[in-house]
Amino acid sequence: MSELRELYQQVILDHNRKPRNFGKLDGANRTAEGYNPLCGDQVRVYLDIEAGVIRDIRFEGSGCAISKAAASMMTASLKGKTIGEADQLFGRFHDMLTAAGNGGAAAELGKLAVFSGVCEFPSRIKCATLPWHTVRAALAGKDEPVSTE
Amino acid sequence: MITARDARAAAAPAAALWDVERIRKDFPALHQRVHGKPLVYLDNAATSQKPQAVIDALVAYYSLENSNVHRGVHLLSEKATQAYEEARVRVQRFLNAAEAREIVFVRGATEGINLVAASYGRTWIGAGDEVIISTIEHHSNIVPWQLLCEERGALLRVIPVDDAGELLLDEYARLLGARTKLVAVSHISNALGTVNPVKRMIEMAHRQGVPVLVDGAQAAPHLRVDVRELDCDFYVFSGHKALGPTGIGVLYGRAEWLERMPPYQGGGDMIASVTFEKTTYNALPYKFEAGTPHIAGVIGLGVALDYLSGLGLDRVAAHERELLTYGTATLQAAPGVRIIGTARDKASVLSFIVDGVHAHDVGTILDHAGIAVRAGHHCAMPVMRRFGVPATVRASLAFYNTREELDALGAGLREVREIFG
Ligand SMILES: Cc1ncc(COP(=O)(O)O)c(C=O)c1O
Repeated sequence: MSELRELYQQVILDHNRKPRNFGKLDGANRTAEGYNPLCGDQVRVYLDIEAGVIRDIRFEGSGCAISKAAASMMTASLKGKTIGEADQLFGRFHDMLTAAGNGGAAAELGKLAVFSGVCEFPSRIKCATLPWHTVRAALAGKDEPVSTE
Repeated sequence: MITARDARAAAAPAAALWDVERIRKDFPALHQRVHGKPLVYLDNAATSQKPQAVIDALVAYYSLENSNVHRGVHLLSEKATQAYEEARVRVQRFLNAAEAREIVFVRGATEGINLVAASYGRTWIGAGDEVIISTIEHHSNIVPWQLLCEERGALLRVIPVDDAGELLLDEYARLLGARTKLVAVSHISNALGTVNPVKRMIEMAHRQGVPVLVDGAQAAPHLRVDVRELDCDFYVFSGHKALGPTGIGVLYGRAEWLERMPPYQGGGDMIASVTFEKTTYNALPYKFEAGTPHIAGVIGLGVALDYLSGLGLDRVAAHERELLTYGTATLQAAPGVRIIGTARDKASVLSFIVDGVHAHDVGTILDHAGIAVRAGHHCAMPVMRRFGVPATVRASLAFYNTREELDALGAGLREVREIFG
């Protein structure tokens, strides 16, 4: 039970119920779609980039609580960041979920640290990283949907 | 020594004999803990657990008889060949096929379907012809036909279902026409549990001279299959869903069809003689069994089917029907749960969604309570689309499951509500 509570923290459940920055972004100049065929999670991200800065970011799609909360919190934390900073954040986020016992990474992630419980659930890591991979694809200007497989 | 008491017990009605605790003892994998909880295995539609007898048969084969079949002059090879061919006869009896040569060993249901698509399909299906499948097929009974239709310029026609998950037979009757060259339909749907009226569907097809392939992957372990009574032309199933090893399955084909069909793969064992000018093929069923087969798998499958027959498929079905009724009531009592697939004739499968909670999250929480279910599209994405859901949770039953395990599922679902509010 305690591991489960670690995974489904209130913040995550809250973002799942009331995702922030949800819906299409009119005037986006980058977009990409991500898909996790294992569980059917599907997400589309929209970005408005100017001079290397993420001025606005929104998402839409459907999926499990982890992927929805991850997308919601990702958009909140990426707004206003430079592309370089976004890349760095993704790197840390990814490390927290995959590198065992890396408390250091979690400390620098701020609110995103609530996802640290996901690393105890290997089958759910892709749910948390899907929106991030999708943003990366959008930044790289890829039109092909990205897949977690 | 058999006592009179044993003899009486054997004559007692089936229900009185059903001792699930004793049966469970035969399945070592059921007696373990996951996440500190006793395992509740409700993912039988994905694969069944294996009885000790099957595991022992594999060990005995590799420890004692291991050698290649149909080619050795030495004793071990003779023994292996004998065991291999005896297993074929066991499968023949299990399906009540007319002849052992109508039983072709393949890797599983998927390969069986691909074999028919490649061999029958490329020979008899051409431009403008039609293949009929249903909305509730597993991807393995969709994609091989799509590939074939694409290659041949043929058309795939799909029987629709109603909201309960039952095939619309009137629509099926309309689809059957002069261009129809094959019907391929599941006996039991893995995503919904619908038992399709295949006997009637075969009759309807045969009236138009159309052969029928039945995908029995979900049926073979749950109800008595009689290919002659069904009068089907092809029947496929996978060993691993029917207590047997992975990597082995069966294609039953009516001899008249198999005789006329070209080989699927070329290689050793499937030939009578080879020269660079001309190769003559081996007799049935070897024409379709190129290369060294999965000998251990075949032997294990034979033992698995004997185990099932020993229990009696009718009794297995009766026990599972009772469990399904109980499980249905359990789900109906759980908060915010909606069952997907409510056909009148259903077997083994409870597919459902939980209001406001994604199937994947339900699956994770249940897993932590020791309950193994599947969450996702169950390799049946068109079914998900038809019912307007991205995914479902699927609890699939076997004869070794108990009411207590379904109670645990009910408790797990209450925990889902607690966490998600
Ligand atoms: C109805 C149905 N058909 C075919 C298959 C494919 O079986 P296999 O993967 O063993 O070939 C399955 C397996 O899930 C199934 O449920």
